[in-house]
Amino acid sequence: MTALRRRFFAWLGRRPGSAGTALIAPGGVYLGFFFLVPLLLMLGYSLMPRGTYGGAELGFTTEHYVRFMDGLYLEILGRTLGYSLLATVFCLLLGFPVAWVIANATKWRNFLVFLVVLPFWTSFLVRTFAMIFMMRDSGLINSLLIGLGLIEEPISMLYTPFAVVVGLVYGFLPFMVLPIYTSLEKLDPALLEAAEVLGARPLARFVRVVLPLAAPGMAAGCLLVFIPSLGSFLTSDLLGGAKQMMIGNLVQNQFMAARNWPFGSAASFIMMAVVLLAVVVWLRVRDDAPGAAR
Amino acid sequence: MTSAPITPAVELIQVSKTFGAFRAVRTVAFSIQPGEFFSMLGPSGCGKTTTLRLIAGFEQPDEDGGEVRINGTVVNGRRPYDRNLGMVFQSYALFPHLTVERNIAFGLEQRKVPRAEIGPRVAEAMKMVRLDAATYAQRVPGQLSGGQRQRVALARALVCRPPILLLDEPLGALDLKLRKEMQIELKQLNRQLGITFIYVTHDQEEALTMSDRIAVMDNARVAQLGSPAQIYEQPRTAFVARFIGESNFIDGVVEGVEGDWATLRHANGSTFRVPRRDTLTVGAAGQIAIRPERLHLQPGAPAAHENALSAVVESLIYRGEMLHVRVALPGGGVLTVASRNEGQLRNPYPLSPGTPVQAVWPVADSCVLEAE
Repeated sequence: MTALRRRFFAWLGRRPGSAGTALIAPGGVYLGFFFLVPLLLMLGYSLMPRGTYGGAELGFTTEHYVRFMDGLYLEILGRTLGYSLLATVFCLLLGFPVAWVIANATKWRNFLVFLVVLPFWTSFLVRTFAMIFMMRDSGLINSLLIGLGLIEEPISMLYTPFAVVVGLVYGFLPFMVLPIYTSLEKLDPALLEAAEVLGARPLARFVRVVLPLAAPGMAAGCLLVFIPSLGSFLTSDLLGGAKQMMIGNLVQNQFMAARNWPFGSAASFIMMAVVLLAVVVWLRVRDDAPGAAR
Repeated sequence: MTSAPITPAVELIQVSKTFGAFRAVRTVAFSIQPGEFFSMLGPSGCGKTTTLRLIAGFEQPDEDGGEVRINGTVVNGRRPYDRNLGMVFQSYALFPHLTVERNIAFGLEQRKVPRAEIGPRVAEAMKMVRLDAATYAQRVPGQLSGGQRQRVALARALVCRPPILLLDEPLGALDLKLRKEMQIELKQLNRQLGITFIYVTHDQEEALTMSDRIAVMDNARVAQLGSPAQIYEQPRTAFVARFIGESNFIDGVVEGVEGDWATLRHANGSTFRVPRRDTLTVGAAGQIAIRPERLHLQPGAPAAHENALSAVVESLIYRGEMLHVRVALPGGGVLTVASRNEGQLRNPYPLSPGTPVQAVWPVADSCVLEAE
């Protein structure tokens, strides 16, 4: 065994760069097989005519992409982008102060991080159902507000855009908090002191030192919230109902209910193109930001 | 002729600072003159950095913890951005996301200096710390060496022309050669600009080299305040004598007092004379410190103005420019005697281990220590 190991490492050592290749290989093969191949299959499907009983027939067509350019589907795409953007903005606004407090808590830091991660211990489905109990007409929020005499009639929250965005924010907030926390934790307190001695008041210190240095974490957090939001279908399904359909629901419908795999595939690819575009634009913005200088 | 009293640049009046149960600074008092190079020297945990932070405004004195005055004004409770100070941090604390130029401009921008003025002043500051603007202005701190970062940190503090510059062990991370260069440059900047420098260090040589006055700190208090020569040649306590340079300590019991001198008897029976102090009454214990270079070894009896203890050469320590000869005193104790190195290869030291000698020092060089 040791001889084998020694020979393996000797082999690694002989070839410059081969260590990297060897380390990447297992994951690369896995991803290639289970990610790239299905992706190519779906690309193929999206360009083939629809089969009569599901699946696809041999042939080439762009009809599914053309069909997507219809008002209804573009509206779904626009809604998806809008909800995801809103969820990202609210996650950022809510998540930054949380990350700040955790990064500055010396004693309770690890416990607070644990609390942020805690919801992951429960199924997302169960937690989304719990949101229904909170937001429905006879739910906790309405009962409470009526009980306090603040409102007469229950406010309809469920099956509104509001409910979907609340659900998305709830679901993805930890993905915003953790990367921002990581970048704030690395921030040397001496930098803030240096800024203070140089005449910077609290707001100036925040804008000129904290924000630029937290920018990479904020950028990562925004991507980690925005992208899964785009693809989410559970939240909009349970909290939004039929009227708040997002593109994830459309894809799911096409594959499951409508059995129109080619159109579902096309919708997925259009979504993916939008995500890629968003990421590219985002990376551009981030790299041009002052915080990106290294 | 009497000159008008000058307002001290910084004045600490019985300042105390407590963190929880830990008393970091206890009734520290001193005043620093404008333009002075003032050092706080001491081991880690002695309170020197906390004292500096009290001056900077990062810490505030305890409720009844005295006053910090800057330029005659009590600044207790005032935040650092309101104190118009410059500060150089141990870690430099350069903004990693800003170029050298923007780092240096930071303080000017915060002070709302007109845009047109910022560029020339940044260039001037870089010149002052001998950083080539063409090469370094557009780099970020991550692309600089430790010495260059140090210079940027200095330029960033000096560009605002603060009347007082605080330096918190700024040379600690540099190698020895660079540190010596920077010591000289800092001293020159202090002279040139007329800015008051308040310098924190644990390096006694650094403090001696640069300072006009040194406050040696120990255990949250000032153990001694004085010029480098006073601190080195007349240490007040054993702590100061031990912390700054090397010292021999000789204990004795006062046998008699006459005129300007007191006579002490060493445990081995021989006597030595020391300058008279009020604490030295007959029968009291006394301790003196003598620097190794004030002692010398000779075979015969001492002159009238000298003390001598008989001893035996124990070992020789080669130190380059100096030789340290360790001699054992009969009845216990070892003295270190420094001797100039006359060239060991061609002209070896004449006394070999085992040789009986007299360890001799001028009576006036006996430095009587106070109890701590």
